[in-house]
Amino acid sequence: MNKLKIFTNGFIKENPALVLILGTCPALAVTTSAMNGLGMGLATTFVLVMSNAIISLLRNFIPDKVRIPAFIVIIATFVSIVDLLIQGFVPALAESLGIFIPLIVVNCIVLGRAEAFASKNTVFDSILDGLGMGLGFTLALFVMGFFRELLGNGAILGHKFIEGDGILIFVLAPGAFLVYGFTIALMNLLPKKKSKETENVKTE
Amino acid sequence: MILSCVLVNNIILAQFLGICSFLGVSNKVSTSLGMGMAVIFVMALSTLVTSLLQKYLLVPFNLTFLQTIVFILVIATLVQMVEIILKKISPPLYQALGIFLPLISTNCAILGIAILVTQKPDFSLLDSTLYAIFTAIGYTVAIVIFAGLREQLSLVKVPKKLDGVPIALIISGILAMAFMGFANLV
Repeated sequence: MNKLKIFTNGFIKENPALVLILGTCPALAVTTSAMNGLGMGLATTFVLVMSNAIISLLRNFIPDKVRIPAFIVIIATFVSIVDLLIQGFVPALAESLGIFIPLIVVNCIVLGRAEAFASKNTVFDSILDGLGMGLGFTLALFVMGFFRELLGNGAILGHKFIEGDGILIFVLAPGAFLVYGFTIALMNLLPKKKSKETENVKTE
Repeated sequence: MILSCVLVNNIILAQFLGICSFLGVSNKVSTSLGMGMAVIFVMALSTLVTSLLQKYLLVPFNLTFLQTIVFILVIATLVQMVEIILKKISPPLYQALGIFLPLISTNCAILGIAILVTQKPDFSLLDSTLYAIFTAIGYTVAIVIFAGLREQLSLVKVPKKLDGVPIALIISGILAMAFMGFANLV
């Protein structure tokens, strides 16, 4: 597999939030606005890249039997670092993401990539994979946050363009589920076209 | 507190914790009930242990920045221990809950509640444990209702692009709306 493929894999073909359906809890909870989605996504990306790198470095030293606890400790370390950094530098973001920053530890994406990719591949590949997956996740959260903010508050990135309230239900819990469901459905439409395009390229 | 935890602030439909298992094991009413029971059991125990640790170890020694690491390790170990003890003491219970236990250590609801109760300063140990139990009951209620809906859903035809996860999410959205109706109860 070439380097570019590893990097772009997480964007569409294996987008963690929309295709693999991992990390659903933060995807639903923090996407009340596009900025929150972006912040959460970037925090997760940082944890993914760092933990992938370290786990891949240590992959020959970690005994197979205790690998899951070892992975969890490594991941938890980086999550604590991110948590403290966000609290220190962007307290507003820490306020709105709240409990979901420490919960990156149990985000299935991070442990999933550690187990499925970083424990078997070289350091550089693992970093690329973490970066791709993280950015794919960020993209998904950003898109969902964008739509929820647009429909729920009538605003784009915090700038209101209508008077009064939007369709409030979209910023509340039910709207999260609805928007997520429809975004995945939209994603289901995409790959079909993609594969046809690649077929065409092949036949040409 | 009961009404608030079980219905109004339902952990799945209003707080978005434990969605992975919510979508994963909610195909049948019986399995979801088993999962719910296991969650009640583990959540009560883990919240008790983690709040003890928080109160007597982390806070007095100024180690709260280690909270995430300590809690996740405690929960993972606890789940393992519960599994081993149940196997020995009560084989029928182990039979019923056994396969769900390993799944629980990665259930974000457990860690989520453990951290949430530490953020409520006026909670005593008893309060925390009760809070965990009621929340877990709310989880069970939601997952069982949802499993019932999904069983019905498997009988009808769904547009192809919406089949599977998307329709499940849309249904949970509608279910969440229904639960919002309880908002004025407390």
